[in-house]
Amino acid sequence: MIPAPFTYHRPADIASALKILGEYGDDARVVAGGHSLIPMMKLRLTAIDHLIDLQGVESLRGIRVSGRDIRIGAMVTQAEILADRALAAAVPVLAEAALQIADPQVRNLGTIGGNVANGDPGNDLPALMQCLDATYEIEGPGGPRDVAARDFYDSAYVTARADDEILLAVRFTAPEGGAAYVKQKRKIGDYATAATAVALVKSGGKCASASIAMTNLADTPVWAQDAGAALVGTDCSPAAVKAAVAAMQEAISPVEDNRGPVDFKRHVAGRLLAEAIATAWSRA
Amino acid sequence: MNDHAPSRDERIAGLKGLGTSRRRVEDARFTQGKGNYVDDMKLPDMLFGDFVRSPYAHARVTAIDAEAAKALPGVVAVLTADDLRPLGLHWMPTLAGDKQMVLADGKVLFQGQEVAFVVATDRYAAADAVELVEVTYEELPVVTDPFKALAPDAPVLREDLQGQTEGAHGPRKHHNHIFTWEMGDEDGTEAAIADAEVVAEEMIYYHRTHPCPLETCGCVASMDKVNGKLTLWGTFQAPHAVRTVASLISGIAEHNIRVVSPDIGGGFGNKVGVYPGYICSIVASIVTGKPVKWIEDRMENLMSTAFARDYWMKGKIAATKDGKITALDCHVTADHGGFDACADPTKFPAGFFNICTGSYDIPIAHLSVDGVYTNKAPGGVAYRCSFRVTEAAYFIERMIEVLAIKLGIDAAELRAKNFIRKEQFPYHSALGWEYDSGDYHTAWDKALKAVGYDALRREQAERVAAFKRGETRKLLGIGLSFFTEIVGAGPVKNCDILGLGMFDSCEIRIHPTGSAIARLGTISQGQGHATTFAQILASEIGIPADDITVEEGDTDTAPYGLGTYGSRSTPVAGAATAMAGRKIRAKAQMIAAYLLEVHDDDVEFDVDRFVIKGAPERFKTMKEIAFASYNQAIPGLEPGLEAVSYYDPPNMTYPFGAYICVMEIDVDTGVWEIRQFYALDDCGTRINPMVIEGQVHGGATEGLAIAMGQELAYDEMGNVKTGTLMDFFLPTAVETPHYTTDHTETPSPHHPIGAKGVGESPNVGSVPAYSNAVQDAFRAFGHIHAHMPHDHARIWKIADGLGLHA
Amino acid sequence: MTKMHLKLTVNGTAVDCLAEPRELLIHVLRERLNITGPHIGCETTHCGVCTIDMNGKSVKSCTVLAAQADGATITTIEGLSAPDDLHVLQTMFREHHGLQCGFCTPGMIIRAWRFLQENPDPTEEEVRFGMAGNLCRCTGYQNIVKAVLAAAAEMNSAKEAAQ
Repeated sequence: MIPAPFTYHRPADIASALKILGEYGDDARVVAGGHSLIPMMKLRLTAIDHLIDLQGVESLRGIRVSGRDIRIGAMVTQAEILADRALAAAVPVLAEAALQIADPQVRNLGTIGGNVANGDPGNDLPALMQCLDATYEIEGPGGPRDVAARDFYDSAYVTARADDEILLAVRFTAPEGGAAYVKQKRKIGDYATAATAVALVKSGGKCASASIAMTNLADTPVWAQDAGAALVGTDCSPAAVKAAVAAMQEAISPVEDNRGPVDFKRHVAGRLLAEAIATAWSRA
Repeated sequence: MNDHAPSRDERIAGLKGLGTSRRRVEDARFTQGKGNYVDDMKLPDMLFGDFVRSPYAHARVTAIDAEAAKALPGVVAVLTADDLRPLGLHWMPTLAGDKQMVLADGKVLFQGQEVAFVVATDRYAAADAVELVEVTYEELPVVTDPFKALAPDAPVLREDLQGQTEGAHGPRKHHNHIFTWEMGDEDGTEAAIADAEVVAEEMIYYHRTHPCPLETCGCVASMDKVNGKLTLWGTFQAPHAVRTVASLISGIAEHNIRVVSPDIGGGFGNKVGVYPGYICSIVASIVTGKPVKWIEDRMENLMSTAFARDYWMKGKIAATKDGKITALDCHVTADHGGFDACADPTKFPAGFFNICTGSYDIPIAHLSVDGVYTNKAPGGVAYRCSFRVTEAAYFIERMIEVLAIKLGIDAAELRAKNFIRKEQFPYHSALGWEYDSGDYHTAWDKALKAVGYDALRREQAERVAAFKRGETRKLLGIGLSFFTEIVGAGPVKNCDILGLGMFDSCEIRIHPTGSAIARLGTISQGQGHATTFAQILASEIGIPADDITVEEGDTDTAPYGLGTYGSRSTPVAGAATAMAGRKIRAKAQMIAAYLLEVHDDDVEFDVDRFVIKGAPERFKTMKEIAFASYNQAIPGLEPGLEAVSYYDPPNMTYPFGAYICVMEIDVDTGVWEIRQFYALDDCGTRINPMVIEGQVHGGATEGLAIAMGQELAYDEMGNVKTGTLMDFFLPTAVETPHYTTDHTETPSPHHPIGAKGVGESPNVGSVPAYSNAVQDAFRAFGHIHAHMPHDHARIWKIADGLGLHA
Repeated sequence: MTKMHLKLTVNGTAVDCLAEPRELLIHVLRERLNITGPHIGCETTHCGVCTIDMNGKSVKSCTVLAAQADGATITTIEGLSAPDDLHVLQTMFREHHGLQCGFCTPGMIIRAWRFLQENPDPTEEEVRFGMAGNLCRCTGYQNIVKAVLAAAAEMNSAKEAAQ
């Protein structure tokens, strides 16, 4: 398992990175932590002539928490997310999800940018970002632009980010109320058999708003709008949860793989969602 | 400082002999990163070999174009079957009496099969060159199911054997059939089953898996053309056998071959076989005149070297209404893949599967095994077990559960009712073994009491009731397992591999100052031989274990032995060590008597010295005796103090144990959690309790992996679906439970120190415990049997099939 | 292939070497710098036998490119101690039989070394999660967990004694 040769670039700022990306087009790829890309290169599933390492781009680092406004640089690692106290206080569900990614070593190099931008449906943070209605800040030759996480994913590994663009940061408002990320996997280090992100707001004993997204149950993360809507105005009673689960199961389209057949995954997704709603409700 | 003569107890403790939890001598280098594994080796001008492998499971190879690869800078050679044919090395014999292609000879029979061998100056150049070798394949129909392989119109897999009706183990019934192996009394068993009050039948599948040690297989071959000597370093669990095989197939005289096993990063059966990588490295070194290293990557390891299990076991067990077993019948369809490369003793093409009557006194039994070719990787190795004993133990421990359900008798009680009784040993089983010793009832009672069995059953019943009331979605499974192993292969009269008797050996030299070196024919892969064999010797010859170096793995220095697998090291080489020690002691006795000026019979051995009988204050220590052996001319005795023993065991040993697993299972997600795991082992005399406990923890964790998800899965096209550690389940510390270990001690009557071996017991015993726990959880809902591995999806499927999701 | 000039600090010593950008850090360490403590096991970041400490973090060096590591400060098992002055983790792994074949041990210990700096007083469950990136096929982890807990206890009592 040895990667094919490539030319290595380590630009010091975004402008240089974009320039190299522009120059080599399809033949170039940016790398953050590399824990998705390098295994593909080692298996020679991806051919890359120019590898642009973003570790030297300081502007991609840093976590900003101002009140409920959160901005996380694309090169922030999952371990840094877990270590940031202000972030943990503002958005505990982010740490809950990040802790379920891979293992400690992988989280030390794996970044939020890589996790949300490479379009792997198995990644955990895209669904959470959809749940939280995050915005991705992207920059390309035409300058910076924002894309909603809910509009970002087209199909497996195909996203709204053009080949000559780079993800700069992830921005979102910390949810009010309670949130939860519940994941089932075969073992530590595995992608989700199914996982779900739930955020909801309780007001006067009723659910005032709810947002639900699912991981690895389609070729993209799935924001299950109707499932969230099914909870609004209810007290998240079993009947309401049942309706949310049914709506979610309408929205997902899992495929059979080594983790199990379709009917199993649908069932598990329902059970996890019920669990996540209960947890989020108890935290709201 | 006052002179303090140590007490006898202090002298015993100072030896760190049998029964001591001596800390391991190996650990100093391993904890400091100074182990010496084969991939750590670097020789001047060393080249690196890498394989072009088949992406297809069954195809004709019509052309290989290596020109572009050869043109790549750094590439030295590309070998194909055509290059090996003139040397007669394009095929090689397997340990099972079959033959296997070294490089694809006209066709490929499994995905990942070796097609060409690229040799380059480093592994990067080799990997690049592999991409450039163009192979033209013509796809052929694929058979991955052994039952379909035996259909009359199934594609012919082994064209080289077409028309051959006689195989290495008797007649072949079909073009994809390898052998039939039969034991026991077919007619008698059939009659007993026909007459029985109750008969339970089940098809039990033990899925295909892989030993998957963390270090993959590899070697460095170095042909010294000046001296005509070939040295081969590698991951060999049986270095002497590799030397003999290498000599036989290469024509290089055996004294001109030196095989060395350096530190080995786990074996578990994966490193017993001889693989094409070894042969190609040797040839490449001969061709290039330079050392050649070959190291598998993980995908290659899983895809090509040595799978384990893949046994379809159809069982019938007959009993009286009150639960006395009257007969057992088993028919196995064994999927061997494209070549029969099992590593079993020659006369046992299905290993010791005929231990499948287990721990029970079954009056009559019959077994037949059909080996079959399919388009899957060759192998069939003993993955931490003694030649198909895991399969046998799983089979009988599932059949017992199935019978208990049919009879409506508690499964613990059913076992106790049928155990071979203590007074029946030595016990002759219906399928031909002589069990050496055992006390099953004592072990079983101890185990049941330790886990609070009756209370667990009550809790389980309450849980079922709560589940039915809708108060919980979790069920409780109680997995029982009582196993008898058969290890220590083995007596030369019936155990050999390629004609090499399965004895083992130890050679001891006592140095003048009273320390020693012992060399053995085995090789540790983590078992800690350097620690434990010194302990055996310390107790035998009274020299502290800390003063004894144990060396293995270099065929130029170690005495001939058949290596380490099948829990044979302690039963066979451990016995050789004790016997060689006794020869040392016999000579030491003569020297002591001479020095003390008494008759030989007037002295006796006492811990670390010989004393005059009745006058223990007059003695000579082993240290004094050692020095005397080098500096005194003792009439009638050669100088020096050395001994060698080649030990041919009179029988196998039969360790046994009782394992109980308590498991929580979520009916909706299939998620399991092990609440308790209790392992009682009886391995006879215990040499080092710390090492034994470590072996049990490790083996039980391998069993956990196998039972709960570890599978070498293929799709219908013969593609390996679980080729990386993402999908091939090796549990982490999080999934692995805490184990409680326990023991009883029933020495082997025929082993010099009564030891039986333990390394593989926990794999053999734990798999049924886990599986039975899963299946037991669903028993109250009518479940009888489901195949392993019990991953989340398959557990969910059991629940779904029982209507528990409605 | 064009090689690049790498500057690394490995086990306290500044080293320079030439390597192709695509070379994996584990190969640079093992082949070019003769640091053979870290091993190669799965090559897909699952097993952790290649674990080293890079810039103060545990990482799996099979999935770091040489080029990415340029400028890094690296500690491997070889940098943990001198043979006559073993680190308490090394002592405890031996004392509690936390290793068998030894192949995972260098990665396991260097990970435990960093883990105990991140969490000096862990529970058993925290040890199991903190060490979950390192597979072992021999020990079933029980004695590894025991060794790490014992090392933590010993380091903590040494710290208290020093205060």
